[in-house]
Amino acid sequence: MSAPSGPGLHRRRFLLSGGSALLGGAGLLLSGCDRASEAPAFRDLLGRAEGLTRTSQRLLQGRSALAREFAAADISPEFKANGTIEPDTDIYAALLDDGFADWRLQIDGLVDRPAALSLAELRSLPSRTQITRHDCVEGWSAIGKWTGVPLGLLLKSAGLKPNARYAVFHCADDLDGEAGKGGEQSPGLYYESIDLIDAFHPQTILAYDMNDAPLPVAHGAPLRLRVERQLGYKHAKYLMRIEIAERLDHLGRGKGGYWEDRGYEWYAGI
Amino acid sequence: MSESTETPGAAVPAVQALAAAGAGRRVIRRHRVTTRIWHWVNLVALTILLMSGLNIFNAHPRLYWGQFGADSDRPFLELGARGSEDDPRGFAEIMGHRIGTTGILGVSAGPDGDPLIQGFPSWSTLPSWRDLATARRWHFFFAWIFVANLAAYLAAGLLNGHFRHDIAPRRDELRPRTLAHHVFDHLRLRFPRGEAALHYNVLQKLAYLGVIFVALPLMVLTGLTMSPGIDAAAPWLLDLFGGRQSARTLHFLVAGSILFFVVIHLAALLAVGVWNELRSMITGRYVIKEDRPT
Repeated sequence: MSAPSGPGLHRRRFLLSGGSALLGGAGLLLSGCDRASEAPAFRDLLGRAEGLTRTSQRLLQGRSALAREFAAADISPEFKANGTIEPDTDIYAALLDDGFADWRLQIDGLVDRPAALSLAELRSLPSRTQITRHDCVEGWSAIGKWTGVPLGLLLKSAGLKPNARYAVFHCADDLDGEAGKGGEQSPGLYYESIDLIDAFHPQTILAYDMNDAPLPVAHGAPLRLRVERQLGYKHAKYLMRIEIAERLDHLGRGKGGYWEDRGYEWYAGI
Repeated sequence: MSESTETPGAAVPAVQALAAAGAGRRVIRRHRVTTRIWHWVNLVALTILLMSGLNIFNAHPRLYWGQFGADSDRPFLELGARGSEDDPRGFAEIMGHRIGTTGILGVSAGPDGDPLIQGFPSWSTLPSWRDLATARRWHFFFAWIFVANLAAYLAAGLLNGHFRHDIAPRRDELRPRTLAHHVFDHLRLRFPRGEAALHYNVLQKLAYLGVIFVALPLMVLTGLTMSPGIDAAAPWLLDLFGGRQSARTLHFLVAGSILFFVVIHLAALLAVGVWNELRSMITGRYVIKEDRPT
């Protein structure tokens, strides 16, 4: 190797200025990416991937591929409670006070026979028990055991009208956002929606028991949705009403759910 | 700088390049157009995937091993903060061993410059502020681009013989003595020149093989294993990686190994000559300087 000579130094300086130009360029690009992140049209463009993801996952799954079910030994020692831990409305407090005796699950919208079911009535119906993994969009997972009524059973007995396309879940809780997720933090009534493929999936249940005990308040008492092939935010807690709908754009900000209205995917299989 | 002669339409890497007119340098076609497109699409896609991935990681800056893992479970790796709210100290903890990392990991300057409790620093994430929803949009959009690019490149490489001819090591190259010789030369920053630079050397071949056929496919598979929808369609993925949380940990570690490859790749670029290499990856043309003019 030769000692640093004139041209060598020259080259080094050239490389250095090239390097800082590159760094500067990268900085510009990144601030450009930051700005693009906030532009509605660009966000919509990025969001197009969701349709591709949904179509290909549905193709691979078919209608009835089951989420893995685990053994009792696999259950998480402590199942993390997330989102609302206890709804702070007077209505919910009153329901909780008398052990949900006055609580009714409304089923209405595009059905032939709207219904209002008590917890005791739901418990008297055929049930399904499954030990499944709950995947939060944030990245963590917990395994728990759930018992509840298959949603498909309730929908069949209510009778869907021909134009029914979605099951919408209206909840008792107001959520203020979640700091850990970042992004938009704004209050709103929690709601969620799934299409009929997931609504009639054998593992889609309305759970009233968790780990062999009545569903705790932190996990959505008295009733929560389990939709096992999607992420945690789809599993609406504190259920009050199921509305069968043809469209989603009249609800909330029109994206089909509390988190969907704040930028998350409606199809949360990924 | 004036180009000497160019070999028109020669196979790549062109062994039958023409000798330059007495100058001791000649121009060959080094990289196929499929390789060049794949390289630059990859640069963009992998950069965005890495940075949006770090933002996603920051939503839960802990990694676990096994089927499940959340706050009360023992992490394999954690980036966190302790101390007072006014003066938080960042740390990284790997399998119980904790080191202070204030300024980089756990606690670092936020978008406005004030110290912020966050796993990876703002300058390394996309977007630079904490925003899981937006980071996921970037990540999944460019994941599709990355996968399509990888699939097209693999198909092209198998069809046109690129992998067989240029990347698969020959048996004689894999002899321990040959390997040791190459490693030793690389450590002394002595790189093949002239004729020898026409082909990938065995260390390059092994590195490219590892990235193309192991690391990048592992990124796709471990990424898919984190999807509850894919887990229903392909439960064997959970068995392959030992669970969703193991897959998340592996996704992170393999991403780190790809970043390590890129650092070495860039160091090698600096060592052998930025412009010649860059040009060969943009236009395909590469200048060979011969030790002895033919």
